[in-house]
Amino acid sequence: MLSESSPTYCFLLNDRIVAAAAPSGQLVLDFLRRHRRQVGTKEGCKEGDCGACVVLVGELDDDRVRYQPITSCLMPVAELAGKHLVTIEGLRLASLTPIQQAIVDEGATQCGFCTPGIVISLTALLLQEPVDFDPASVRRALSGHLCRCTGYRSLLASGEVVRRRLEDAGVGHPWDLERLIDDGHLPAWLAEAPSLLRSIQSADGSPVGPTLEQDAVAGHPWRVAGGTDIYVQRGDDLARSAVEVLGRYPEMRGIHRADGHLRLGALTTFEELTHQPQVLELIPDMAQHMHWIASWQIRNRATLGGNVVNASPIGDMTILLLALEAELAIRRGEDMRQQALATFYKGYKELELEMDEVVTEICLPVRDPATKVHFEKVSKRKTLDIATVNSAMRLRLQDGLIAEVGLAAGGVAPVPLFLKNTAKALVGQAVEKATVHLACRLAQQEIAPISDVRGSADYKRMLVHQQLIAHFCQLLPQHFSVGDFL
Amino acid sequence: MKHLDAALHTRGESAYVDDGTPPDGLLHAAVFGSPVAHGVVRRLDVTAARQREGVVAVLTAADIPGDNQVGPILADEPLLATETVHFRSQPLAVVYAESPEMGRAALAAIDCDIDELPAITDPRQAFAAGEIIDRPRQLTLGDVDAAWEICDVIVEGKCDLGGQEHVYLETQRARAWPLEGDNLRLQSSTQSPYATQRTVARVLGLPLHRIEVDVQRLGGGFGGKEDQASPWAAFAALGARLTGRPVELVLRRDEDLAMTGKRHPYQADFKLGLSEAGEILAYEARFFQNAGCSADLSMPVLDRTLFHSNNCYRIPHLRVWGVCCRTHLPSNTAFRGFGGPQGMFVIEAALHKGAAALGMPREELQRRNLMVNGDLFPYGQRVLESRAERTWDEGAALFDLAAMGRRVEAHNAEHLGSKKGYAVMPICFGISFTATHMNQAGALVHVYTDGSVSVSTGGVEMGQGISTNVAAIVARSLGIAPRRVKVESTNTTRIANMSASAASSTTLLNGNAALLACHSIRRRLDALLAEKLSLTADQVVSVLDEQVLVDGEATDWTWNRLVQEAYFARVALSAHEHFATPNIWFDAVSGKGRPFAYHVFGSALTEVTVDVLRGTYTIDRVKILHDLGRPLNRSIDLGQVEGGLAQGLGWMTLEDLRYGDDGRLESHALATYKVPDVYFMPEDLEVRFLENAGNPLGPFHNKAVGEPPLMYGIGVFFALRHAIEAYVGEVSLPYATPLTPERVLMQLHGRRLADIVAGTDGQEADASSQDEEPSLTTA
Ligand SMILES: Cc1cc2nc3c(=O)[nH]c(=O)nc-3n(C[C@H](O)[C@H](O)[C@H](O)COP(=O)(O)OP(=O)(O)OC[C@H]3O[C@@H](n4cnc5c(N)ncnc54)[C@H](O)[C@@H]3O)c2cc1C
Ligand code: FES
Ligand code: FES
Repeated sequence: MLSESSPTYCFLLNDRIVAAAAPSGQLVLDFLRRHRRQVGTKEGCKEGDCGACVVLVGELDDDRVRYQPITSCLMPVAELAGKHLVTIEGLRLASLTPIQQAIVDEGATQCGFCTPGIVISLTALLLQEPVDFDPASVRRALSGHLCRCTGYRSLLASGEVVRRRLEDAGVGHPWDLERLIDDGHLPAWLAEAPSLLRSIQSADGSPVGPTLEQDAVAGHPWRVAGGTDIYVQRGDDLARSAVEVLGRYPEMRGIHRADGHLRLGALTTFEELTHQPQVLELIPDMAQHMHWIASWQIRNRATLGGNVVNASPIGDMTILLLALEAELAIRRGEDMRQQALATFYKGYKELELEMDEVVTEICLPVRDPATKVHFEKVSKRKTLDIATVNSAMRLRLQDGLIAEVGLAAGGVAPVPLFLKNTAKALVGQAVEKATVHLACRLAQQEIAPISDVRGSADYKRMLVHQQLIAHFCQLLPQHFSVGDFL
Repeated sequence: MKHLDAALHTRGESAYVDDGTPPDGLLHAAVFGSPVAHGVVRRLDVTAARQREGVVAVLTAADIPGDNQVGPILADEPLLATETVHFRSQPLAVVYAESPEMGRAALAAIDCDIDELPAITDPRQAFAAGEIIDRPRQLTLGDVDAAWEICDVIVEGKCDLGGQEHVYLETQRARAWPLEGDNLRLQSSTQSPYATQRTVARVLGLPLHRIEVDVQRLGGGFGGKEDQASPWAAFAALGARLTGRPVELVLRRDEDLAMTGKRHPYQADFKLGLSEAGEILAYEARFFQNAGCSADLSMPVLDRTLFHSNNCYRIPHLRVWGVCCRTHLPSNTAFRGFGGPQGMFVIEAALHKGAAALGMPREELQRRNLMVNGDLFPYGQRVLESRAERTWDEGAALFDLAAMGRRVEAHNAEHLGSKKGYAVMPICFGISFTATHMNQAGALVHVYTDGSVSVSTGGVEMGQGISTNVAAIVARSLGIAPRRVKVESTNTTRIANMSASAASSTTLLNGNAALLACHSIRRRLDALLAEKLSLTADQVVSVLDEQVLVDGEATDWTWNRLVQEAYFARVALSAHEHFATPNIWFDAVSGKGRPFAYHVFGSALTEVTVDVLRGTYTIDRVKILHDLGRPLNRSIDLGQVEGGLAQGLGWMTLEDLRYGDDGRLESHALATYKVPDVYFMPEDLEVRFLENAGNPLGPFHNKAVGEPPLMYGIGVFFALRHAIEAYVGEVSLPYATPLTPERVLMQLHGRRLADIVAGTDGQEADASSQDEEPSLTTA
């Protein structure tokens, strides 16, 4: 369905430069399967939940290309401009790669529908520096994949076979692309990718379009950051439409400190957040929390800005940011304003944000180093599931009393809820069980959960209660233990 | 030998239905489903949809040239609804358009007016309203009514078992090509090409031989494509027939979830009588099966529930009764286990309750009542070679059940915030289709003049490895290398009247048929050899590693030479043979017979940890000892056990089909319907196969492996239950599945709910330390 006005996007598809004329909102998955007839990439859900569609997307970073596995069912073609798209067709080498061979040998494929995506995600591990095939990494690579046939043990065993092989050959530490190519792990043309991408980008002129101030982004109905929310909600409409890819604005990326704030570009992905040293200073357990959030494949795309603006009452990052009392930097053309996240949500999916405004940064106040943060999430399935209830607490003690509290909970109101009354009442309280009970009591008055597919209202109330106890036990382990409250 | 398709799979080269190059003029079908679960159709107007961009045709029931009927057993399921609708998303019309998007966009232009009627989603309610399908069924042993008298302990209870969505990764799909004359060719993701052929022929009003159904492979089936692949193929065929263009139909995940049937939810009542010493004396159970809106395969599913209602326990006096209840849900259908798991869960629940009443460890009660040779199943068949005690005892020793028990007790004594639990889950599963006539299969073997071999059977490759098994059987039987054997697609023009690939019987039936076909060819080749080599009657010829041997001695004849000589001697190098499982029968009236060729046994140990604060849990380990007879292919069989276990664990815990009172599926996407992922599965998962265990009835002594392992998953329910009880004590908790984190938390702390909500939880404890009570300030 190419309309005459479809723009053309130039990118590298496996070993070839392609110029694809497609509506900018068309999904990479549809582009591959329908327009290129590259059907090794499968569609299992079109909602980011199964991983059958996973491809590698590489971005030029100095003289390297950095590859990440992502779900092609939630990514628009426009996003590919100047990038490298690697599909399973690109991994058909003269003989099976060690990953493919291990899957065959370990009996880790049955119906095969999930397999190409899984091969891609495992191959993505080879493209991280240093290569890490430890069981935890292999699980992480599989985190976005459903396999209904195998039960996963054989897939993990395949990863282990590859790990041993890499170790025996001494490949991976340090990362050495040539060795990986020579040993049959990766196609030879990956070595050419940096120069090919550079040639595309110089032929295209600068890959960066007009700046945010000048741009007509204002009021565009379909703005895509990571696309992991909007494509789930409105996939049918978007696939036929022109979309505005926010990724074109470099000023919405990056993390820096200024004015007593840690300023996170709205396009910061969950995965970037996990490893950012400055973030880790504020939230040391970020990686642990992230384990419960989406999958590797989704986290490579999902952005902070998208989490905040999609206004889901249960957004994990939003809840964490609320407890940190984050502020948003919002731009409309040349005008900038700051808005406290706590007052950003007016009602269900109703925001203090005009159609022509963009969130450019999320600003975290830099606080006393004694401030601690904890995040709790309970969902039906522990991993790759949306929370039934999540919550975050920020806490600082001074002279044995609670000096500072930030508290937020999701899934308990039409908006991500900042529990300001509970937090306020806690300030000045002593560190004792009665204070925990006070928090529990007040929180019950602030929340108003409803029953839905993720759980009954009663269950959600109970979870808030239990999570509050968990927060106190985790944040003040010298004072409280879970047993005190059972 | 590795799975034949494995290398292709890893390279993304395996072709599924919609992967082939689209034929010229391919149309895409989109199905319009009822917006309500129950109602009377007042108006269905598709004229506006016909005008939409890219739409070539919109068909309703009136356009069906043949019979508007797809019910596989009873004629109670229209392809397209007419006057009334009986489940939400029930197909009412189909759009054929130039692209899937155009087709789906046109659905919005269909004008449909339905007077909504109340919907029933609960089977007991349906039963009370007289909404039953076919007749209730009952099996009896001994005299239950009299037996209660001699019982020392009697327990009663209820079970509420959830359904399960198949989540085959490849959704339902089919492609249809109109051919010359009245012929039609289909590619379909079906487990039963013959059922699909039959349905399409019926809907189009054509004889069966006009319809060719070809199946290369499925991206998973699990029972969901046994009979429920057919309607989607019929829509494609209908469009192809009426527009003259090829048609493809691929359901989107949300459509597949909303429109197709699932594992049957059940409600059940049980009553169990025990002696003081822990001997099962009497058992009675009543099963209310939630069949959904039509019969589909519900009756044979219910049969299997009753057949397996004693699992592997000896029960002298038994009465089990069941009924298929019609509700306003999509018609529930086959799913790995086929009713067996539900029957087995209920007896396990009864034993759980019975053990508590006796004050006896549950596994002691289980172990004491395991069937031994000669014991009777509810259907009157005697167990010939029971391996119930063997798999239990060897499993308990191999995996150290006693140590597991000690570990769990020690943990629970030391920890307040987390509790462990464990359970043993023994299984016994009968192999054969419960409908005796389906236990037949055909195979066609061609030997080509270069010595390569082609084999067709009625078995459909859906990941379970039937192709690999058949290739191994053929190669072994002919004495040639497996690479010489190609397993063809499953095609109704090569194999007629095939049974579905189901009931774990695909290898048993098709493998045996292929074996017979090989024997036919071998007999002819042997005769030729006898003549050419002037052999005497007592000399034995064989082929091993492509070498002809006489009395075990090599000759200068190779497989290639043999085939060549046979060709020039005009010996037929092809054979078609038929296999029918011998000696099985069942009399539905008396409820007695010998429905199963043999039984599969095994036992699983499961250990879990529950987070008492949050109600979440981890499955720490599952250890399985499984009776496979002699493994045909260890790697494939292991995959079947592990995959079956994963589905069983999911069914018991996460997989939560939530229907609203209006019959709407609330968990209608993979975002809300969760199946096991890599983190969910136990880190410590070990499967061993029973040693020294043959099976004369299976090809090369193999036992069927597809379904039985699913039932190991039931153990996780009782392990979780054990952990919960370690915290709350042995209070009477419901036997309701799935045991989601929500249910676990409510069972752990439900009694505190009112206090928690009121904010009075823990207040007593605080009373002393509360001088001034800060009140809620409104800022
Ligand atoms: C499989 C799966 C699992 C998921 N798991 C989780 C989870 O565990 N926890 C969780 O919290 N979420 C989860 N999500 C939801 C989603 O990934 C997150 O909400 C994510 O943060 C959305 O970011 P995005 O950049 O992809 O948003 P997009 O989809 O690109 O955008 C969402 C909305 O925000 C708007 N928008 C985005 N950025 C800006 C901006 N800077 N200024 C103005 N408007 C903007 C867009 O126009 C759009 O309307 C999951 C999603 C999927 C598909
Ligand atoms: S198709 Fe399922 S994640 Fe993309
Ligand atoms: S092999 Fe079938 S889904 Fe993984």
